[in-house]
Amino acid sequence: MSYYDPKDLRKFGNITEWSEELGTKFFDYYGKVFEEGALTAREKSLIALAVAHTEMCPYCIDAYTKDGLQRGITKEEMMEAVHVGAAIKSGASLVHGVMMMNKVNKLDG
Amino acid sequence: MTKLKTQSLHKRESELANATTQLEFLANGIFANGELPSFAEKIKSSGQFPLKPKKLEILQINVGYMCNQVCEHCHVDAGPDREEIMTKETMQQCLDVIKNTGAHTLDLTGGAPEMNPNFRWFVEEASKAGIKDFIVRSNLTIMVANKKYHDLPEFFKKHNIHVVSSMPHWTKGKTDKQRGDGVFEASIKALKMLNDIGYGKTESPLKLDLVYNPSGAFLPGDQASLEKDFKNALFEDFGIEFHHLFAITNLPISRFLDYLIASDNYEDYMYSLVEAFNPAAVTNVMCTNTLSVSWDGWLYDCDFNQMLELKVAGKVKHISEYNEVALNNRNIIISQHCYGCTAGAGSSCQGAVAS
Repeated sequence: MSYYDPKDLRKFGNITEWSEELGTKFFDYYGKVFEEGALTAREKSLIALAVAHTEMCPYCIDAYTKDGLQRGITKEEMMEAVHVGAAIKSGASLVHGVMMMNKVNKLDG
Repeated sequence: MTKLKTQSLHKRESELANATTQLEFLANGIFANGELPSFAEKIKSSGQFPLKPKKLEILQINVGYMCNQVCEHCHVDAGPDREEIMTKETMQQCLDVIKNTGAHTLDLTGGAPEMNPNFRWFVEEASKAGIKDFIVRSNLTIMVANKKYHDLPEFFKKHNIHVVSSMPHWTKGKTDKQRGDGVFEASIKALKMLNDIGYGKTESPLKLDLVYNPSGAFLPGDQASLEKDFKNALFEDFGIEFHHLFAITNLPISRFLDYLIASDNYEDYMYSLVEAFNPAAVTNVMCTNTLSVSWDGWLYDCDFNQMLELKVAGKVKHISEYNEVALNNRNIIISQHCYGCTAGAGSSCQGAVAS
């Protein structure tokens, strides 16, 4: 059995049972974040999908792929969002290359 | 030229072509082992059982299951191979009812209703009854499928028909996936024909609405947001205008049930429906203000119950013995498929029913 069970996503709301105040506050906050605001709910859904991938959260990927489909978001738009996440992730690794260069220059420049 | 997706379940002699098999399937599994409550249990807990009709507003008549398309998720299991067609005699019985009904909306559906050989005669006669809103559910592609249908837009205009047409997405890929190759382009052509004679224009009294139903195992999103996206995309890409978008949930029956089972999405889909159950949607669910008439004149609480062969409860069961007062006292027949109409903002042939 895998550590991740897709059916566990259905039980997410149950976290409130063992800490009602914090759980309720979290879900109120979560719900508010995804409401239409300065950003559209559609834009927020795509951001969530990109972050779901950078966080490598299987539950979030399931949830926001489905959410995107419900909103009429196309697979091309979803894949571009995933690439945005991936580009930031790889960029975040690569930009540390400057640290390596700085160190080389200091030690052996 | 459009290309058919597949054959109907009937033609394939699938077990799921049988209504009893579908109802048994929906009663078993996760609903029998207590994982999920039955629809009856659910509306009992919200104090809404038994479900009773309110004032009749919409008379929906299915004039036959024959269609020029075989869409992946069709709840009617319609297609060119279906031969169930309403006769002129049954149409006459319907006309007698249309003249006396208190309903303000007449809603013709199919299959492709235009393929019934007596369709035009029926529309001409029914339009004389002075019904406020006269809907024809057209799949669009029929208007360009054959020369004899090319003048349908003009025919609709002449009789002030409110055209309601299916459109699963504003992109070709998603539309053709659900409805068959070439359907998107044919639909765009037909929409342009309708726009050209005044249908769907902002101030036009010639009403043109689109119906969106999801292309896969997920629920429709917010109707107003989808309408905005459809309007923007269809206008920007093709200059097409329409009035409203109705977002409809796919009910787990017939070809959509077959798809859910085959793609291993059945349980997740039913969980989604049950989790999204909304008592406010039950209050306005379409079977409380609609009656459905089948091609052979039997009466049903809705088009879905028609496909599951669940005739109305009570003594009056056929259009030939129609009695609106008696029908209004019936209990509505329910099963697990009803969760499809009560999820989220609800779903009906007129779109969402709750905010």
